[in-house]
Parts: sequence; C-alpha cells; structure tokens
Amino acid sequence: MENMMLLGDEALAQGALDAGISGFYGYPGTPSTEIIEYAQRSKQAEANNVHRTWSSNEKTALETAIGMSYTGKRALVTMKHVGLNVAADPFMNSAFTGANGGLLVVVADDPSMHSSQNEQDSRFYGRFAMIPVLEPSNQQECYDMAFHGFELSEKYKVPVLIRLTTRLSHSRAGVKTRQALPQNQMKKPDDLFQFMLLPAVARKKYKHLIELQKDFEQESKSSPFNSCDFSGSDKSLGIVATGLAYNYLREAYQGKPIPHPVVKICQYPLPVKELRELYDSCNSLLVLEEGMPLVEDMLKGLAWKGSKPIKGRLDGSIPRDGELNPNKVAQALGLPDTMGQPIPEVVSPRPPALCVGCPHADSFLALSEALKEYGRGHVFSDIGCYTLGFMPPYNAINSCVDMGASITMAKGASDAGLYPAVAVIGDSTFSHSGMTGLLDCIYENANVVIVILDNSTTGMTGGQDYTAFGKLEDICAGLGVAREHIRVFKPLKANWGEMIAVYKEELAYEGVSVIIPRRECIQTLKKKNKMEIPS
Amino acid sequence: MKKDIILGGVGGQGILTIATIIGAAALKRGWNLKQAEVHGMSQRGGDVQSHLRLSDSPIWSDLIPFGQADMILAVEPMEALRYLPYLSSDGWLIANKTPFKNIPTYPDEEKIYAEIKKHANHVLIDADAIAKEVKANRAMNIVVLGAAVKHLGFTAQEIEEAIKTIFASKGELIIEANLRALKAGIEA
Repeated sequence: MENMMLLGDEALAQGALDAGISGFYGYPGTPSTEIIEYAQRSKQAEANNVHRTWSSNEKTALETAIGMSYTGKRALVTMKHVGLNVAADPFMNSAFTGANGGLLVVVADDPSMHSSQNEQDSRFYGRFAMIPVLEPSNQQECYDMAFHGFELSEKYKVPVLIRLTTRLSHSRAGVKTRQALPQNQMKKPDDLFQFMLLPAVARKKYKHLIELQKDFEQESKSSPFNSCDFSGSDKSLGIVATGLAYNYLREAYQGKPIPHPVVKICQYPLPVKELRELYDSCNSLLVLEEGMPLVEDMLKGLAWKGSKPIKGRLDGSIPRDGELNPNKVAQALGLPDTMGQPIPEVVSPRPPALCVGCPHADSFLALSEALKEYGRGHVFSDIGCYTLGFMPPYNAINSCVDMGASITMAKGASDAGLYPAVAVIGDSTFSHSGMTGLLDCIYENANVVIVILDNSTTGMTGGQDYTAFGKLEDICAGLGVAREHIRVFKPLKANWGEMIAVYKEELAYEGVSVIIPRRECIQTLKKKNKMEIPS
Repeated sequence: MKKDIILGGVGGQGILTIATIIGAAALKRGWNLKQAEVHGMSQRGGDVQSHLRLSDSPIWSDLIPFGQADMILAVEPMEALRYLPYLSSDGWLIANKTPFKNIPTYPDEEKIYAEIKKHANHVLIDADAIAKEVKANRAMNIVVLGAAVKHLGFTAQEIEEAIKTIFASKGELIIEANLRALKAGIEA
C-alpha cells in the first residue's frame, strides 16, 4: 500500500495496472490522454509487458481490446467522449458479445467543451448499450473502480463503461493503492457462440442482456460506490447526486452533515428502489449531475404517481448546459453564494493560438495567398492544433466538424461544383479517419486538393505517436493518388515561392492532389532539444 | 486550516511547477491536497489556471468556489486579474509585473498595474528582472512563489525543502538556481 498523488486519469491507469490488466488501447483525446501516457511511463507496465501503444482510432482500439478480452485477459480502451461515436459500432455490439477477460471502456467527457466540439454525456451510451456504468466522484474511486469494473465485467461477462469528466481526469489528489494482482492466464471463451453475432445468435444474446438488467440493478444497490443517507431530517427536499456532483454537494455544506436525505449514485443502472424510497419520503427532489440531465429525465419518467417537483437542469434550478461548479450547486440548494470582485474591463481574452514558430502558420499563410483570387470559403478542415488556423491573423479555414470530415466535406462540395475544394487535415487525424475519405475521392477522381499538415506528431494532445508516421506518401500512392500529384515541401518563410507554386499547380490540376507540408511540431522539437523550462 | 490558491498564467509559464512545490510542502505536513489543472487546447498560448486546495481536513470539490480563494498567484499581471471572481475579500493578489504579450489586444500595462494596486493585499514584483539578477533566468515562476511565501502560511524552509525534493532529478545547478530565485522572491 502506497499513497500516490495522481490525476483522475492516472489513478484509473494505476488501478488497472494493479488489477492485472494486460492491454491498454486508445487514441489520444482531451481529457482522456493521460491514461495511456501514464501506462507508457510506468515501470510496472514495462516489467509486466502490458500493451500500451496508441491505435489508429477509437474503433480499432475498442475492437483490439475486445480481441484481448476474447483471450481471457483484462483489457481497457480509452478515448474522449466524441471518440465513442467513432467506436459506437463495436461498443454497441460488445454489449451483445460480452467480455471474456474483463473489458473496461473508459470515456472522458468534457462538459463546458474546454477542448471539444460538443459536450455529449457518455452515460447515455451506457444506458443505450444496457451495460453497467461507473462514474467516479474522486481520484480514489477512479483507482478502486478499475478493480471493481474488471470484477463486474468478468462476473457477468459484459463490458463495463467508466465515465470520467474533465475536472476529475485533470485534477490531482492522494490515492491509496492496493496489492497488485497478477494478469489473467490465457483462456479462450467456453462458449463458441459468444463472439458470433449471427442474427439467430444475436437474438439470444439480446434476451440474455435483457435478463441481466435486474442483476445489474442489484449490483448498483449493493455497490460500495452508491450510498443512501436518510439521516437528514429536512424532508422538504431529497437530493440525488451523481459522480463529481456529490463533491460539490459536500462542499456546499463544508463537509458537515447534509440536512436533507441524500442518494449518491456512482454506479448505474439506477438503484430504483432506493430512489423510490427517497421520492416517497420527501416533498421534492433535486438532481445534481455533471453533464446532461440523464437521471433527472429518468426520475421524471419513473415519477411514481408523480406530482412532486423534480428539480435540476430541466427546470432551470441548475443551468441547462456547461459543467457544474460549487457555486451552481450552492445556489440550487438555496445556500448563501460567495463571489469575489468582477473581472476588470481592462482584461482581454487570451484564446489559444498557434505557437510562435509553428509549421502550420507558414502552411496557412501560403495557402491563403494561393487561394486569394477565389475569395474565402473554400477550405474544409479538421480536428487538431490547425483548427486554430480559423483565428486571425490566418482566417484560413471554414469548417471543423469531426475527425476526417475535411476530406469528405471537400469531396461533397466539389461534387456540387465548388471550385477549388481544399481539405486541410493533420497527419495524425489523417491516420485516424482520413484514408477512407481519400479512397472515396480516388474512386470518383474528385477535383480536390488535400493538404496533410505533417508535424510528425499528434500535436493538440501534447505530442503522441500515431500509426501512419513516416508512411504518408506511400499510403496516398497505395490508395491511388498519382505519384506526381503527391507534393511535399517544408513550410518555412524561406520557401514562400515554392509553397505558393505547389499550391497553385495542384489547384489547377483536375483530380485528386495531396500536398504534404512537413516540418516537426515546435513543441516536440523543444522537448527533444531539452529546451523547456525546468519542471 | 485551509489554503485555497488560484495559480494563473499563460500555457508554458510554469504554474504547475509552483503548484507541485507548494503541494509537496503541504504533503510533508500530512495535509490533504487537490489540484485541478488545465490540459489540452488552452495550453497552446491561452490562459491557464490551476486550482490548488490544501487542508488539514478532507477536501471535497476539486474547484475552488468563487469568492473563497485565499490567494491568486499569477506569473503574468493581466492573468492575475482574470481570476478576481475567485478571491475572497481578505485574500492576497500576488503577481509578476512582466506582461506576456501574445495577443494584439493586450492592454496598457499601467492600467493593469493600477487595477492590481486597488487591492489592499497585493504584491507586484518584476519577477523576470529579479530572476535575471540572480542568474536564474528560467526560474521567474519560483521568484513569484518566493514573493508569496509569507502569505502562504508556510516557512521559507518548508518551501526550500520542497524545491530540493521536486528538482532532485535535475541536478545541483538547477536546485541552486531555484533556491536563489526563491530567496530573491522572498526578499523582494
């Protein structure tokens, strides 16, 4: 037993290592990235030969983790919330196949969209797939839930979803560790039908999953992470607090006993009986949950003969969007609020920006110059540091939707007659979701220019490896782009003339062109040169 | 006994190092600690903050409530002001004077200093210049930490010990430079 200071992400990774995991899989995405990064740094993981390299995308990562689970070994797949959209197909079906070795799907949501394009709540996916969901409220629970999750997964042979949110993923606290368990021995599934989702089998699987729901509910009822405290005597209000929201509730009463009955929920499906008891014994309910109003909505649906008010995000007691904080919760409880001085008017916003010396900056300035005669509105882009090319002084791109959409949106616009149609995608994003879109372009010889900004890393998330590194030209040629229309240059002011010429030549070509501006990310270069501030 | 501290700056200026040092001193006392950090998009030249909570009792929220921080410790003057909604009425505002100008709309520094000086409990020092004077150019953040020490409720010795622990793997030269920076900040 040791006391370690860990981020929520790191606590979960350490928990998985101590619980005898054999493989971590995933694709980087804020706020989930530190889970695999921690495993990659871990001497324990190295000594035990635990798999921990990045996958091409979340779908391949989850499928690989299912494959490891098939062999009886414990596996974990990690991603940000929108990554689960990419992995939704294997995710939904893994609820049917179930797991052999313990299988954890760890998804980190980003309410308030600190570093994301939406704030979807992954608990809905858990409910959709009808599998148990664990939602830790603190770093210790992150650690403990890795053990609990694997046990639950192997007991019922189902995958278990663990849902984190930004403030827990990226907050550090003391975590007490346990004796580490050995990895599972390899043991193929006893049931030859288990991973065989032919319709006749799948129908049986679905019935079985439906059968399991009452067991899952029973597990929630007895879960060490859920609790009912009916000692609060003020029954004018009963409180349901899930995950991180439970901390804000305790904060609001400064650690003192809460005067109202409280049900804490960190494991789903909902323990309905306990909630029923709370509802029956109180005059109204307040639901505190980080993310979308999942529990609130369900309670309204359950609302046994219900005319009692259920308060939360839907009635405006808590703002409908954005992450919770201690003040929002205190206000909803009708407690005195605290506030410092307002931000003085002299303070300017300081949005994120491309770094000084960033290769993308030169690529964008030259691209905008080459496109000048056509006016704005021709450049479809993607998810990464280069999305900041939308900001002044570049004003270089016109879209950012999802991983890989730059190429396919450019094709769609070109199909409709837009000329020029340019896609700008990062090298890592290209290996995540760009290749299939490029194949669509090749198939119809679409008139598009695809710019793959190659900074030789996954930049936005802090510099991770990616699977297509060093192979971009060969991949494009292999998919069918003519070699003479795969152009590479080094984005530097000194090469201004060459950059403009390459862009203009390929804009003039009627067909699929790929341009690869290649220069290493200034941040990873600094790290390599050990130029960073000592830390 | 509790200390709630908002650390503010621009991505890459070293606020997490300050948090780690104060945190190590608190852990040595056997205190509890929670430290919320900013990772991801904002680290690319945007404003970043860390909520550092230290207490001898259990800590619940990872975020400091508005109006309850005991200190704002900022390595950049405009960033010090950005977190005023968190500061309690008797809290301390500790700021470096040297601006980090990576936006075209950066305001007149004198206006920023005037706002900082409106607070009775403030310390405004030129940490970049002080770090250079003591030949610890990269330890501007530690100078700011030094300026905060007497308002943090930790002794200089406790912080020195924490610096030695945190920089142990970086070698004697770096430890010495950081200790010089700390001392200069304390005396500023």
